[in-house]
Amino acid sequence: MNARRRFLTAAGCFAAGAPLALLAREARATPAEMAEAIRQVTGGAPVRAGRVRLDLPPLIENGNSVPLSVAVESPMTPADHVRAIHVFTEKNPLPNVVSARLGPRAGRAMLATRVRIADTQTVTAIAELSDGTFWSGSMQVVVTLSACLEEGLI
Amino acid sequence: MADAVISVPATAKRGEVIEIKALVRHAMETGFRRTQLGELIPRDIIRQFTCTYNGVEVMRAEFHPAIAANPLFTFTTVATESGTIAFRWTGDKGLVVTESAAITVT
Repeated sequence: MNARRRFLTAAGCFAAGAPLALLAREARATPAEMAEAIRQVTGGAPVRAGRVRLDLPPLIENGNSVPLSVAVESPMTPADHVRAIHVFTEKNPLPNVVSARLGPRAGRAMLATRVRIADTQTVTAIAELSDGTFWSGSMQVVVTLSACLEEGLI
Repeated sequence: MADAVISVPATAKRGEVIEIKALVRHAMETGFRRTQLGELIPRDIIRQFTCTYNGVEVMRAEFHPAIAANPLFTFTTVATESGTIAFRWTGDKGLVVTESAAITVT
């Protein structure tokens, strides 16, 4: 990339009010890597869709800080509770986002945090229940301005 | 450098599910960014967050670089007894941040 192009892309970033540092994109997960990361937490056990509600804004203007919440339908009793909640992305540089371990003392199976979303993609949350089953919820999000994460920058 | 802000109700009824918010000031440098000269900025993130209620762990979370800067973590716990709810964040470069709050359960 020539100096002028670099200047223009950098200028574009500043104009958009995004952080000054540019992000390198040579590392990026793929849906296959996400599947592999999920397999590592499930140990190959089947994952059924349902019971997990993943909430993100469907349209993300700035991918640097995106509110994310996960809620799992569970009575959270010692006999029947959620043991862990994991969140994965398809196209961030790494598939893992957060892994939380909880138990009946949580009262409700929920967590909320703020995440980075690099690109328009599917985000998946997996819940591990005390009976050993795995459940998932997914959401497709659209990133309009992924904050200077565009392909080929730098 | 890092300091924490937590939100825990001061009082609760026994058996009530309370919401806890825990934030720590931290850049969460991903390790994927480069300077304008092309040098990779080394990763510097909070790796783990734990919450203990009178010494018993009630929540543990592993953070990855996809967690936004100044990581905020919201979760719930059952108010079982009066005492201390303690928080601990550990990260790269040997970072340890601790914070705690007192709760009165009636």
